[in-house]
Amino acid sequence: MAILRRILVLIPLTWLIVTLAFFLVRVAPGGPFDKERKSSSPQVEAAIKRKYHLDESLGSQYLRFLGLKWERTENGTLQRAEGGLIAGDFGLSLKYRNHSVSDIILQGLPVSLILGWLAFGFALGIGVPLGVFGAVRARGWVGGASAIVAIAMVCVPGFVIGPALVLVAGLKLGWFPVGLWGGPMHAVLPMVTLGLYFSGRVARLAREGMMQALQSEFIRTARAKGVSEFSVVVRHAFRLAIMPVVSYSGPMLADLLTGSFVVENIFQIPGIGVFLVNASLSRDYPMVVGLVLLYAVLLLVLNLIVDLAYGVLDPRVSHE
Amino acid sequence: MSDSNQEPIVSPRLSPGARAWRRFLDNRPATAAATFLLLLVVLSLAVPVLSPHASAEGSDAQFASPSFSHWWGTDIHGRDVMTRVFAGARLSFLVGAVGAGVSLVIGVCWGMVAGYAGGRLDGAMMRFVDVLYSLPSIVFVIVLITTLEDHLRGFLSHLSPQAGGVARMVFLFFGLGAVSWLTMARIVRGQVLSLRTRPFVLASRALGAGHARILFRHILPNVAGVVIVYLTLTVPGIILYESFLSYLGLGIQPPQASLGTLIAEGAAQINPIRTYWWLIAFPGGVLASALLALNLLGDGLRDALDPRLG
Amino acid sequence: MLLVSPNAPGTSPGAFCVSRATASAALALTFLLALVFVVGTGCTPRKPADLVIHNTSEPETIDPHVLTGQPDGRIGSALFEGLTRFNPETGRAIPGLAERWEVSADGRVYTFHLRPKIAFSTGEPISADDFVWSWNRAVDPLTAADYAGFYFYIRNGRAISNWTNGPAGRPTLGIRAVDPRTVEVTLENPTPFFPDLCAMRIMTVVPRFAVERYGDQWVRHSPLPCSGPYQLVSWRPNDRIRLKKNPLYWDAANVPSETIDVLSGDSPSTALNLFLTGEIDFIVDKTVIPTDLADTLKQRPEFHPYNYLGNYFVRFNCTRKPLDDARVRRALSLVIDKRRLVDRITRMGERPADALVPPGMEGYEGARGLGRNALDARTPAEFDAAMAANVVEAKRLLAEAGFPEGRGFPRLSYMFNAGGGGGARMHEQIGIEMQAMLQRHLGIAIDMRPVEYKTYLMEMSQRNYDICRGSWIGDYSDPTTFLDMFQSDNGNNRTGWRNAKYDTLLERAAATPDTRERARLLLEAETLLVRDEAPIMPLHYYVGMFAYDPERVGGIYPNLTDEHPFSAIYRKPRALKTAAAAGAAPATRK
Repeated sequence: MAILRRILVLIPLTWLIVTLAFFLVRVAPGGPFDKERKSSSPQVEAAIKRKYHLDESLGSQYLRFLGLKWERTENGTLQRAEGGLIAGDFGLSLKYRNHSVSDIILQGLPVSLILGWLAFGFALGIGVPLGVFGAVRARGWVGGASAIVAIAMVCVPGFVIGPALVLVAGLKLGWFPVGLWGGPMHAVLPMVTLGLYFSGRVARLAREGMMQALQSEFIRTARAKGVSEFSVVVRHAFRLAIMPVVSYSGPMLADLLTGSFVVENIFQIPGIGVFLVNASLSRDYPMVVGLVLLYAVLLLVLNLIVDLAYGVLDPRVSHE
Repeated sequence: MSDSNQEPIVSPRLSPGARAWRRFLDNRPATAAATFLLLLVVLSLAVPVLSPHASAEGSDAQFASPSFSHWWGTDIHGRDVMTRVFAGARLSFLVGAVGAGVSLVIGVCWGMVAGYAGGRLDGAMMRFVDVLYSLPSIVFVIVLITTLEDHLRGFLSHLSPQAGGVARMVFLFFGLGAVSWLTMARIVRGQVLSLRTRPFVLASRALGAGHARILFRHILPNVAGVVIVYLTLTVPGIILYESFLSYLGLGIQPPQASLGTLIAEGAAQINPIRTYWWLIAFPGGVLASALLALNLLGDGLRDALDPRLG
Repeated sequence: MLLVSPNAPGTSPGAFCVSRATASAALALTFLLALVFVVGTGCTPRKPADLVIHNTSEPETIDPHVLTGQPDGRIGSALFEGLTRFNPETGRAIPGLAERWEVSADGRVYTFHLRPKIAFSTGEPISADDFVWSWNRAVDPLTAADYAGFYFYIRNGRAISNWTNGPAGRPTLGIRAVDPRTVEVTLENPTPFFPDLCAMRIMTVVPRFAVERYGDQWVRHSPLPCSGPYQLVSWRPNDRIRLKKNPLYWDAANVPSETIDVLSGDSPSTALNLFLTGEIDFIVDKTVIPTDLADTLKQRPEFHPYNYLGNYFVRFNCTRKPLDDARVRRALSLVIDKRRLVDRITRMGERPADALVPPGMEGYEGARGLGRNALDARTPAEFDAAMAANVVEAKRLLAEAGFPEGRGFPRLSYMFNAGGGGGARMHEQIGIEMQAMLQRHLGIAIDMRPVEYKTYLMEMSQRNYDICRGSWIGDYSDPTTFLDMFQSDNGNNRTGWRNAKYDTLLERAAATPDTRERARLLLEAETLLVRDEAPIMPLHYYVGMFAYDPERVGGIYPNLTDEHPFSAIYRKPRALKTAAAAGAAPATRK
């Protein structure tokens, strides 16, 4: 029941987020059709605004966006304006005027999803073992070294690691393509660039979780019962240890799956990560709202999954 | 309760705080890191003042490599890189501290209360975090700066004529602060969810302890480790986010510098054609070493504050 | 201190189930990943194009009448053609769909003769009526074409574009079909560059049947009927546009490349890397050539700087004190060392500017603006002397305006747009150098005010700035493409500078059939603008830069109008052979 309620709550919550985004982006100064060159005549400018209904009041635009706007047709009958959210239509992009928002998202999302999944796998695949190992061997030099590697990954930004990887593995060694999207080889450098940053964070969180788990009462009990150290770590402590990583996974995965501005820019990859930043800057209202909706749904669903995962990993977490 | 695994047996007569302090002092990497950070802070305050070159002052020596007169070389305007790096470090440390402070105060409290309360309140508080997390922060900062900056600038200029840059800074901090605490709240809440049914919490509740006492005396020490680790992750994130905002024209006002913007500019030096390595190596080195020290310090603090070692 | 839980959950049998579940979940995830990856990448392999061009930003639209950006325009020219087209070598008009034309004695009536048997790529013939319809579509405000101003040279063009009173009584555009192969155009004034205008995207012929059927989104319906040398195969945003030769194009025999991939991307370093590894044959725009490296790159044989019609300048807000005083504006202009800016900051080989109209326009010598003495200097000593004299003059002007030695001068700010590509860093760098120059020579302190792009446009239009960055790219080879901008009521003026004499001079020039007299009037106007009144301070004339290996690629020529039709560009046969032999391996690294 609790889960059903959580799922139902998603709908008004998404609506709230989208509504906030709708108005927020319209409050920002300037409009989508402000250009360095003015239109040739005021009539042209007015015509553009009218085409995209930007001449209407905010309330009317909002109703139209939702798909709840009724207009009088030429023969005098009331009719619902076409499109709108309830029809699953976000409208046309105001910057890329030959594409609808859904068209752009549908073409770019698969790319971002693939890259995001790969980077997520990379981040967990590198980060979790590194962190767990670092915690188990915390006192020795191995633990220290793994901590330093993790820290190094955290503090080198993507816009440094990306070009550096391209320079070495792409240009000097010629192992990987330096950009564009195509075969599996094209995905390697972007995946590493995107994944490294997160794997450092995952490693830090996993290490912390494991250190705590190893000191917790039931692990001591297990040790006292003579369970082998390997079994203690893998079978008992691990589930507690990845709690912080799991908490972090929700926002992390939402970020990864919706693409990265920096990585898509560096590798000239046609995902949707560049669009959110560029749409905000170019005041492409429908595009911003569409992407925020996508992101919000992803985030909310992932956080729901994370909350459910808590219960699986630690039965003491209950949802009353 | 004592444990055979723990070597440093500290005199039980000392207060918990004093014992934590002693444990911290015994941790050599942590004390070294603290000293190093302190040194960096002192340098960032002193170098821009003591240097023979002002941080914004150009010269004819464009892209001079490191030499006796310019230890870390010069940039496109002939400005001394060393002076700029430390002037930038000052700003970046401030940005990092503000982000960490907001994250610590709002994020930790929010997460603790939500996790501890559970149920409806938890749901509402976390959905609020989700909403803020979903909104595009760039648009938020644009709106903030453009609608309010003129007013604040006008107000501040009554106080001092050079206050223009301060107005921008206030909004920068506001914008950074607004996004820095969200993930922290999620992580803390996740930990508290699992802690609140632990025997020691149940026991103290049975003994009649109030909610505030349980939260701050029993739960907080147990999440301190994760909080400190995530704080050390927040700081680099915030410092780099500042450089992104500045790149978009929403951040600091040139010729002011920050470590983030210096590194972002220096990243262009990673190319196959020509490299002025000092433009990326020095700001990058300072940031990396500062963050490394911060993490070591964080580990030391974490160990020192660990309630199970008390 | 802590209580030990007697029933620690780790020992419960459920733990095994969970870990098994986790393991299987992990396994499933891995499979899913692999599947998604194979599906996602499996559909991408395709036949490589004959030519790969990097076209900078993603086109906003490819509707030739509506598009405004340069990247859009390059695609627009490949897909659609008008009465004339651009000569790839000179960037001036040569016969396009019209094979020849005559001009009446008064220079106001042009008669164009269409080629026989011209058709859209889908087979429908193109006749004079199609031109009449297309031009009427472009000038109609409802089409919302920003560049409708090109039609203002044609009779009634301006009136139609500004028409507010409904369809009744609206004047008709000065174009008519004399017969199916003859188009007659009547102009408002004699316009010597009119054939150049006819090559612009907004004057191309578009398929009436498609536009009427599909409306605004007609370019998205496949197959797209094209009138130019290429047709559209596919279009993936932020990735590439694939073009294929239009077999029905009248000059198809002379279009060398069968297929072209036109890539979109904003990162200069990526473009450079792709070029160096041989993935791109031609970078058409300097926006994606790293400014930081421009001085080194231009020494190499693959990088080709060239001059074109562009001006980078500074706007003064003439409605704000103390910039409303021409003496103040001239004083500020005089102390800026433009040579230093181009030598140290822009570094692509730009020419420092003292006037608005770039040099090189036929029959126009260009005005001599403030600080010309320094730009004319041939030796460093001469230059220093000229600069010193200018500083003295500037101080005198400033004192006259009431600010001796800069005392009492208010703190102004310099606004520029930050973000968005390699050029934006340069705006800041130029600002910082100017800040230092004003401080050093006049004791004036200015603040830097970086704003994001849309804020910049809005603040500039509302004149909510003191001093700001500006730039302009000329559309055709005539001074008016620059000078019109600063007429009092021109929307692109944005300085608040209103000068009746300037307006009159331009109006008189527009009505003058005698080209020498016309040039003289324009020169007088420009001199007023850049020497006496100085609402703007020109900094430099733009330089463009191509990247292509001249041994592998041909058909690319520098020209002033910056028009480089794709239909002339080709990979050289030898290079084609080696590329085929080398297969997919990264080629040519120099």
